[in-house]
Amino acid sequence: MMEVADVVSGYGRIGVLRGTSFAVIRGECLGILGHNGMGKTTLLRTIMGLLSCQNGCIRFEGRAIERLATHQRARLGLGYVPQGRQIFPTLTVRENLLFGGIAKSWRAKSGTGDILPRILNDFPELKRLLDRPGGALSGGEQQLLALARALCGQPRLLLLDEPTEGIQPSIVAAMIERLHDLRARYGLSILLVEQNLDFIRGLANRALLIHRGQIGREIPRAALTDPTLVEEFIASV
Amino acid sequence: MALDIVFAVGFQVLSGVATLLITSLGLAIIFGMMRVINLAHGEFLMLGAYAAILSARAGLNIWIAMLVVAPLAVGGIGLIIERLIIRQLYGRMVDTMLATWGLSLALIGAVTMIFGNTVAGFSAPLGSFAIGSFTASAYALFLIVAAVILLGGVWAILRFTPAGLIARGTMQNAEMASALGVSPDRVYAVTFAAGSAVSGLAGALIAPFSGVVPTMGAAFIAKSFITVITGGAAMLAGTFSASGLLGTVATLGTFATTPVFGEVMMLAVAIVLLRLLPQGITGRFFRRAL
Repeated sequence: MMEVADVVSGYGRIGVLRGTSFAVIRGECLGILGHNGMGKTTLLRTIMGLLSCQNGCIRFEGRAIERLATHQRARLGLGYVPQGRQIFPTLTVRENLLFGGIAKSWRAKSGTGDILPRILNDFPELKRLLDRPGGALSGGEQQLLALARALCGQPRLLLLDEPTEGIQPSIVAAMIERLHDLRARYGLSILLVEQNLDFIRGLANRALLIHRGQIGREIPRAALTDPTLVEEFIASV
Repeated sequence: MALDIVFAVGFQVLSGVATLLITSLGLAIIFGMMRVINLAHGEFLMLGAYAAILSARAGLNIWIAMLVVAPLAVGGIGLIIERLIIRQLYGRMVDTMLATWGLSLALIGAVTMIFGNTVAGFSAPLGSFAIGSFTASAYALFLIVAAVILLGGVWAILRFTPAGLIARGTMQNAEMASALGVSPDRVYAVTFAAGSAVSGLAGALIAPFSGVVPTMGAAFIAKSFITVITGGAAMLAGTFSASGLLGTVATLGTFATTPVFGEVMMLAVAIVLLRLLPQGITGRFFRRAL
């Protein structure tokens, strides 16, 4: 589905990613685990084109995308749920959702069509919030909205940047259920970066470790159940 | 008799406010949406006036020349200028100001060279009407109506159309907009052209009473600028409230004293207001408005 090969990226001269390589297989959820400052967000921003890829190659469905503009990558089928959710604060929830589908519907000249009812069917808790400004929502509601907004663009690969950040622990389990469900229904592949071990274990088919801008070995399934084993694994890299 | 004066003054105030609103809106759109300060705004007004007067002289119906040709011509010029100059300087506010200031001098020079530095006549294409014992220009009434339609039209486009939604979202978070498949470059190009077209239309609308000279922009740029800054972040509510306030002060000041002193009073009010509300009127009030 997507291959990332020897990607170098960062802010100014400070290298954050130093030759990062991995692949996402169609239909899977790949989790990338790493502490703060190890390059998780930088990785997703580079894949989306929000940071320029200084070296290396990114292929999506066989096509090199590392020189494309961000909006072109999005139109190819990349959906992005960024850190901090980046909801448009003064647009209403309805407008936030419509914006998610607007590039697609505008180009197809089909109007906003039936995307909105379908999304609301999958996110019934957003229905009563439709006319509220996005900025007035709680963290958990915004996370749902960011996810729903990304799905309005009908992506094939979803990039999730720390979806559990700022979310009450009690609804993390519900979010895992929700994402499993959506993945099956929309035929999504998912690339998830997280530092929450429980979330990765609950959602990902396999997990890689990112450490100082490089992807290490696959984390053994057994190690995922125990934080101390993961720490030992990190130390052994 | 006394009532006549009230109506006549009220009408003058409304027409002063309408003029300020019309001549500021194009600048407000470009600044509000793109954070680009277009110091060539006055010359965009001037180009609109020339586009109208030239096409009218060439035999075109004067209303078509003013309401269609002027905005289209200046919108097209804006599109070219965005591509050649503004696009190279996004995010560099001071550089953009310098470049558009240079552009303003170049446009004045070019128009002077081609058409000469003479005042071209352009009579108000409507007669006058009476308010009691006073007469008022029917064209001024037309300007007031035009200001209302223009403001309402821009608001409706932003509020109800897909293009307006794209514009508002991109203005709030351009990075996220691009991650959702919208090209910010494209949005900025269209916004700049739209703001230019509004400026062109404004130039044509004010031409009958301002006269058409290459340097006519200078009389408006400062006032438009102060209106936009006083208005603050919400471009439509800001322009509306600031032109309402400053236009009223200037017109009443002019009535009480002289036109020069009227403008001095307007500037004084703007300075005091910005001292009290550094973020402009909409930094404190109507924050959620457009």
